[in-house]
Amino acid sequence: MDSALLRQLIERVCQAVIARADHLTDLDQAIGDGDHGVNMKRGCEAVLAEIDGTAAKSLPEAMRAIGTQLVMTVGGASGPLYGTLFLTLGKELPAEPDLPAVAKAVKAALAAVQARGKSERGQKTLLDVLGPVSDTLSTGSFGSLTELSIVANQAAAATVPLQATRGRASFLGERSIGHMDPGACSLALIVETLVATLEGLNK
Amino acid sequence: MSSNVGIVIVSHSPKVAEGAADMVRQMVGDEVQVAWTGGNPAGGLGTSVPAIMSAIDHAWSEAGVAILVDLGGAETNSEMAIEMLPDERQGKVVVCNAPIVEGAVIAATEAASGAPLALVKKIAEELSPQ
Repeated sequence: MDSALLRQLIERVCQAVIARADHLTDLDQAIGDGDHGVNMKRGCEAVLAEIDGTAAKSLPEAMRAIGTQLVMTVGGASGPLYGTLFLTLGKELPAEPDLPAVAKAVKAALAAVQARGKSERGQKTLLDVLGPVSDTLSTGSFGSLTELSIVANQAAAATVPLQATRGRASFLGERSIGHMDPGACSLALIVETLVATLEGLNK
Repeated sequence: MSSNVGIVIVSHSPKVAEGAADMVRQMVGDEVQVAWTGGNPAGGLGTSVPAIMSAIDHAWSEAGVAILVDLGGAETNSEMAIEMLPDERQGKVVVCNAPIVEGAVIAATEAASGAPLALVKKIAEELSPQ
């Protein structure tokens, strides 16, 4: 992948997460321990601080570097979960992936994040967005990238009525119903930003 | 370096982690290396993978290291820290599914008697509801 494009994708995603950090924290204060926004912001700032070196790498090496940076700086449960996601993408993606290669890598990342969190879909976690995104990529059942963004956002919205059975939110039992899961929200934001950046290039 | 299994305590709160480590030292003595860590990479409540890796290093024994954790992220981050260790160390570090304070004391007591890592883990985990 072209390093200027890689740089742009990393920058846009990190900036989007940083800009929405307060919203992510608000969501997490409702059902978790209120640190998701702050933690993700710290991780994204660390990724941005290393962007010159990261963007110069091949796509898989860059994904591994981002995964390690997130693991080392995010803290909370989202650090190892997002870290595992990117480390797995780094293991699976070729340097110049086509759509089937991306679908395969995302599917592997889904399995790895599931294992890391000892969690499954339907438990009100980021898996509830990663799962549908992975399915959509695998079946290739989307006309444009924008549809992928819609899938991610609809999936995040669909976590609102779920009761959390994994993570800190599970302590709340039924009281976790009625709030969007912060991890699902941040992942949908990341997918949306990736899509918007890639689509912007095609215009 | 002690030849007994080492103990690492990982809490979201440095105060909880340090306090639990103090209890272990007072009850079990110095025959077991105990290390603790608490707080996220920015110093707030949470846990930190590099800090856990350094605590494992501090408590290191060829007999292995047993980690006691409090809530969710502490466990996930500890598992992540183990995977980032050198290959030859990975198989010698385990996370115990046990209450953090009681588990640390029981695990250290068992470790002080020279028990192998698997037994230290098993005894600590007997404290958890089955």
